[in-house]
Amino acid sequence: MLNQLLKGTVRNRHPFIFIAPALIILILFSLIPIMIAFVISFTDMDLKGLADWSNISFIGLQNYTTLLADTVFHKALFNTFFYVVIGVPLVIIFSLSIALLLNYGKTLIFTVFRAVYFMPAITNIIAVAVVWGFLYNTQYGLFNYVLSLADIDKVLWLEEPVMAKLSLIILAVWKGIGINMIIFLAALQGIPNSYYEAAKIDGAKRWQILFFITLPLLRYAIFFVTVTTLIGWLQFFEEPFIMTQGGPLDGTVSMALFIYQRGFQFSEFGYAAAGSFVLFIVIIIVTLLQFKLKKSDAEY
Amino acid sequence: MSSGKSKNNTERWIATILLIIGGIIVSLPFIWMISSSFKPENEILQIPPTLIAENPTFQNYIDLFTNLNFGVYLRNTLIIVALSFVGLFFNAMAGYGFAKYHFKGKEKVFYLVLATMMIPGQVTMIPVYLLLNEMGLINTMAGIVLPGLAAAFSIFLFRMFMATIPTDLIEAARLDGAGEFYIFFRLIIPISKPIFAVQGILTFIAAWNSFLWPLIIANDESLYTLSVGLSLLKGQYANNFALQMAGAAFMVIPIIIIFSFFQKYIVEGFTTSGLK
Repeated sequence: MLNQLLKGTVRNRHPFIFIAPALIILILFSLIPIMIAFVISFTDMDLKGLADWSNISFIGLQNYTTLLADTVFHKALFNTFFYVVIGVPLVIIFSLSIALLLNYGKTLIFTVFRAVYFMPAITNIIAVAVVWGFLYNTQYGLFNYVLSLADIDKVLWLEEPVMAKLSLIILAVWKGIGINMIIFLAALQGIPNSYYEAAKIDGAKRWQILFFITLPLLRYAIFFVTVTTLIGWLQFFEEPFIMTQGGPLDGTVSMALFIYQRGFQFSEFGYAAAGSFVLFIVIIIVTLLQFKLKKSDAEY
Repeated sequence: MSSGKSKNNTERWIATILLIIGGIIVSLPFIWMISSSFKPENEILQIPPTLIAENPTFQNYIDLFTNLNFGVYLRNTLIIVALSFVGLFFNAMAGYGFAKYHFKGKEKVFYLVLATMMIPGQVTMIPVYLLLNEMGLINTMAGIVLPGLAAAFSIFLFRMFMATIPTDLIEAARLDGAGEFYIFFRLIIPISKPIFAVQGILTFIAAWNSFLWPLIIANDESLYTLSVGLSLLKGQYANNFALQMAGAAFMVIPIIIIFSFFQKYIVEGFTTSGLK
């Protein structure tokens, strides 16, 4: 029986040879790690544990209860919520509006501007953070200089918790528009012209066409963009990491940055793993919620 | 009818003007980065700032390589780019395996592959670090590259494309006595050029920009990538903005050049990947 199975596998070995390299890497670095993360989130794994496994002990739910009481984690939760609630709608509104504008024509100028709006999306986040850090500089930054021309006082872009969060959001929105704009544009160009013509014959006004034809037909694109953007913003990381290191006063720490700091700056691997599972659960809940909302919407 | 047309025309003009204003705002950081990178250190702190450098200099770029180790960072980044193309090849193989072969449990395995897309990087970050530590791969190039070598999304796109290749073609090659690998290299890869182009560009951009793994895995500077080096530069030369801008420009300009050459492919790549 086993012999037969083995023979069969050898005869049909080709698909396995093709799939094996990628599959092994995915299993090793994606599927197994998630189990490890789950297990070590119940331990006090740290640098000592890394050196010698006998130093690791199970501490049950203690990491999770500590998280619940950790004020920095509370701040990280709040900040992440703040980023998502302000950032995600801004990304969707801007990318949709720009896509609608770009959809007006197909001449060279529109192609050029499609490229311009897309460019931030593919530029390196570290370079972006470095450049924006200069733009935001209180004394020598371009933004404060432009404001000074209008007699507006210097803005402390990155030195004050709420303002710093908003500054990071502006930068992330700038970077986030590109990809979503392309998705909207593709969806817009997929709408058959006959729909618009029929609406025009019926005497529909511009805004009526927008709200009753274009936007409903973009439903799937909007849903897709919302889900992916939300998941992305829940993992907000590089911007605060490079520009503010989570400061001032932990005012820009996101959940992802909290996990990184706990794990790699303080080497509290067990605690960080517990934090990462909380983030994972938040992402799953938010995503499921959206799918549920969408289902009820489809009945109309 | 004619009034409708002129109305359309006005709307187009308004749309164009709005696009131009928005476009200038969006590209402002790029313009500022490039112009500042050519300014000498005293000019960059000048108020009011100059839009175009009065005394343009290449000194900042030279400093990147002489005072800092940007040559090493560049070499490491290029090694990562090259190795990530091996990963691209693995993904293509897996895509082909899923597209054109039948075996027991294929769909289940494929769902498992897709499921890995939903796992956030922060969850696997710590266990992968621990795993690599057990394997003794901390502070090695292999440790930096291995975890990102296979990507479910890429496998998914390869499968989608390769499923459209007629099976008859493959059968005909088999009847002619071609081996499975010969078919893959000589038949499938040439036909799949378009998807390789898109994936190749995206792989290049991702590898060129790689930051988190090099940061976590590399303990010493000889393994740093450009991204890591640049973040280090921002910390060390906090007030030398001209140098920072030169470092940023050095990272961004190659991508902009590649992007302007392959714009069509990249945009279409994102489009197909976004909507399916």
